[in-house]
Amino acid sequence: MTDNKVILEINDLKTHFHVEAGIVKAVDGVDLRLNSGIKLGLVGESGSGKSTIALSLMRMIRQNGTISGQILLDGVDLLKLSQEEMRRVRLSQLSMIPQGAMNSLNPVMRIGDQVTDGLIDHGQSMNKKEKENIVGELFKIVELPPKVMHMYPHELSGGMKQRVCVAIAISMRPKVLIADEPTSALDVVIQRQVMETITRLVNDMNLSMLLIGHDMGLMAQSVDVLAVMYAGHMMEMGGVKEMFADPLHPYTIALIESLPILGSRGVFKGIPGIPPSVINPPPGCPFHNRCNRMMPEICPVQAAPYREVKPGRWVSCHLYN
Amino acid sequence: MPPLVELRNVSKYFGGNPKKNKSVTTALDDMTFILEADFPHIITVAGESGSGKTTMLMLLLGFYEPSEGEVLFNGKNIWKMDREETKDFRRSVQAIFQDPFAVYNPFYKVDNLLSIPIKNFGITKNKDEARSIMENALRRVGLRPEETLGRYPHQLSGGQRQRIAVARALVLHPKLLLADEPVSMVDASLRATLLKQIRDLNQELQIPVLYITHDLTTAYHVSDYIMVLYRGSVMEAGDVEKVIRDPQHPYTRLLVNSIPWPDPSLLWGQTAEVVRGKTILENNGCKFANRCPHMTEICLQSPPPLYRVHEGQVAACYLYQGCNQIEKANLSEMFPNRPNTTQEHSMDVLQA
Amino acid sequence: MRGFLSYVKRNPAFGAGFAILIFLILFSTVGQLFVDTQKGPYALATMPNLPPGPGHIFGTDRQGRDLLAVMVVGTGLTLEVGAIAGAIGLGIGIVMGFVSGYYGGIFDTIITSMIDVWMSIPGFLILVLIASTFRNIRLGVLEMGLIVSIVSWAGPARAIRAQVLSMRERPFVMMAKLGGMGSLEIVMKELVPNLLPFLVMSLSQSIYGGIMASLGLEGLGIGDRRNPTMGMTLFYVNYYSAFLVGLWWWIIEPVAVIVLTLTSLVLISFGLDEIANPRTRRGL
Repeated sequence: MTDNKVILEINDLKTHFHVEAGIVKAVDGVDLRLNSGIKLGLVGESGSGKSTIALSLMRMIRQNGTISGQILLDGVDLLKLSQEEMRRVRLSQLSMIPQGAMNSLNPVMRIGDQVTDGLIDHGQSMNKKEKENIVGELFKIVELPPKVMHMYPHELSGGMKQRVCVAIAISMRPKVLIADEPTSALDVVIQRQVMETITRLVNDMNLSMLLIGHDMGLMAQSVDVLAVMYAGHMMEMGGVKEMFADPLHPYTIALIESLPILGSRGVFKGIPGIPPSVINPPPGCPFHNRCNRMMPEICPVQAAPYREVKPGRWVSCHLYN
Repeated sequence: MPPLVELRNVSKYFGGNPKKNKSVTTALDDMTFILEADFPHIITVAGESGSGKTTMLMLLLGFYEPSEGEVLFNGKNIWKMDREETKDFRRSVQAIFQDPFAVYNPFYKVDNLLSIPIKNFGITKNKDEARSIMENALRRVGLRPEETLGRYPHQLSGGQRQRIAVARALVLHPKLLLADEPVSMVDASLRATLLKQIRDLNQELQIPVLYITHDLTTAYHVSDYIMVLYRGSVMEAGDVEKVIRDPQHPYTRLLVNSIPWPDPSLLWGQTAEVVRGKTILENNGCKFANRCPHMTEICLQSPPPLYRVHEGQVAACYLYQGCNQIEKANLSEMFPNRPNTTQEHSMDVLQA
Repeated sequence: MRGFLSYVKRNPAFGAGFAILIFLILFSTVGQLFVDTQKGPYALATMPNLPPGPGHIFGTDRQGRDLLAVMVVGTGLTLEVGAIAGAIGLGIGIVMGFVSGYYGGIFDTIITSMIDVWMSIPGFLILVLIASTFRNIRLGVLEMGLIVSIVSWAGPARAIRAQVLSMRERPFVMMAKLGGMGSLEIVMKELVPNLLPFLVMSLSQSIYGGIMASLGLEGLGIGDRRNPTMGMTLFYVNYYSAFLVGLWWWIIEPVAVIVLTLTSLVLISFGLDEIANPRTRRGL
């Protein structure tokens, strides 16, 4: 299913926000490679910068922010495109299901029109019949009954609204689909159904997906490759099975040990301390003050380089120099 | 001795009476549940949105008045208590809420969460003593008092704020603690610590804790017993280990099979395809019947009683007609007061 | 203070409104040091029909009032009527709104019905009726404010009730109850501080309403005709057909004061809406 072609490459991405108290280094030098046909999960706690990466990729960050580095989508540097060119890339090549998308559907517009809105915006013209065909096809993919296209958002359940958002996001068959917590407001049963639909259609359409979230369980169920972020930095990346079986970075180790799994009832292994501030962060590795394997002579002084330690395994930690 | 807290045939409707008007929501349907005072266990009340778990919490706290039935505290209806009794009830039944932001009035320092109940419940009149009680409690939940007291809520992280809520419960020493999704808005790396603190509090104070959640993974970890609610009724109840590992009710199976376990060797694909929800039509029988793959004629006629499917596990489902029934009112039999099965818990791990 | 200045910078509408209001207040207080407030604003103080010029920089009216003195005294009087009406109206509104929103039940039913009934009656009609009933009593500033406040409580009461309702079920209120706080204590210590911006906004709106209502009444000649308020000035402008006679300054000056007053109140409430209403709050 993969041809090992790199479809999305991020080099030294820095997204900083200028606020009164200083500079918020929400994303501070992140490298990431997404191969074609791969589902990559990006996990992190709140404030780790995972959602900022998504918004940076779409170039939709707030006015007080600056993006630097390189974002290569199929070889084209998105940061060098004009506003107009970027507008054309969105949806057609790089598409996003934003956080809380299902609540952003227009309440006074029929679902079908909202689905085709983006297509028309990108210059496609269609009559009523064609419109119904296009929407019908998309609904088949996301497993919605065709009659939904004539309904309004308030007539749909949360799961159905989320499926509509998925249909909009894939309407132009983008190369890369970004999904930011696509199931966060849904009940667990519906969450499984929607997530299974998303992973199935990504496989069927041979898309590449960047799944952003905080739920390690959802990641374990849905992605091929897992990348772990902490305080604006990439900590570790690798195949999902290897990451869970043999995590390398002390943060990843602690994070996985803290998870509630079947069979170890009543065992609680929390990570002591709290994440550092992203406003004027301390030097060194961002995790050093909570790390149980911290080396005092280097970790608080210098951040570790993010390098490939085994094929497909990247880690940013001095333990693996 | 009357039980500590009792829900006696409690129903809660929103928008009228369901016998007169079909469109009325029944949030909780004829629930009877007894909780004894010396019961140092955690019971999970699990359910999806609309299951009635939050309604149950609000009824137990006396924030909703039951539409039918009574909520009793020490044998007295909490809506018919005098001033002194109300004060005792207020102090005895405490809660930790889901949103660690919204429980703080943005206008005041976080100290208020601790100092106001200390003052109102007369824990101490002395200011210095109050301060040292607060500092001790904060240290016990792994916070540094000098970095916590005197701050405003927005200056602390969600994890810190939720720990202050735990510290508050330590200070007040309630007789019952209700924890409403206490970790769902807290980061993964802090969840385990917080759950452990709730567990430790339960063991140290030797008080019952009701853990109200939609998340069966944390429920499995922190609690001893579980009851699964669906549209206001109990579907399954019993030992958490049994219910999560070997669910019997089709609804509980659906829920458990949908858990995203953080374990790539326990994938969704290994369990049966989940049944797609259908439109829920009203019937007089089982509330889950319309979504149930095992639905038969009898399911639509009258609500199923609780069948004892195993020792320590009951399910409200006609699939188990061969098993013994237990009265709905005796649900609490499923939560026997027995020595703890999980590992020893000690407070020293809290020193983070 | 620095917080206030930086806030004004972020919220220019509030800043502008506040500045205009301060200017009007200074005009009517400090201004009194420079004009003859004893005789100036009343009839036969000086030569009539003088255009603005040296001696009478605002000119004089048909009956020989010095219009600068009228403006200085009248601005103050009009603001006073508005403030009295606004404060009383808001005070009643606060009590009604909190009782009905927080305690609910039978209180809520009674108060909301009262509000609904009251709001469906044209307020101005009531005012005219009441004011003309009291013809024989001298309708000074205080009396005018009291009468006008009759129409200005229902709006705030309804708005405050809605705010209290939405805040009543917030977790921090539940936490306060679990902390052993009583109802009145919760209202005063937990709800009121959070509603402060909203209450100030309501105040500026009910002052606005009060001023509008008093202008309407006085413009019809109801009230103390000797009082040089803005409304009475308009009444005389109309009575002596200033427009036809060509006394343009007599028209422009009160209109300018009224426009400035009302604009400042609108801007203030517009600006406060941003704090009081989280949905319109801009990012920091």
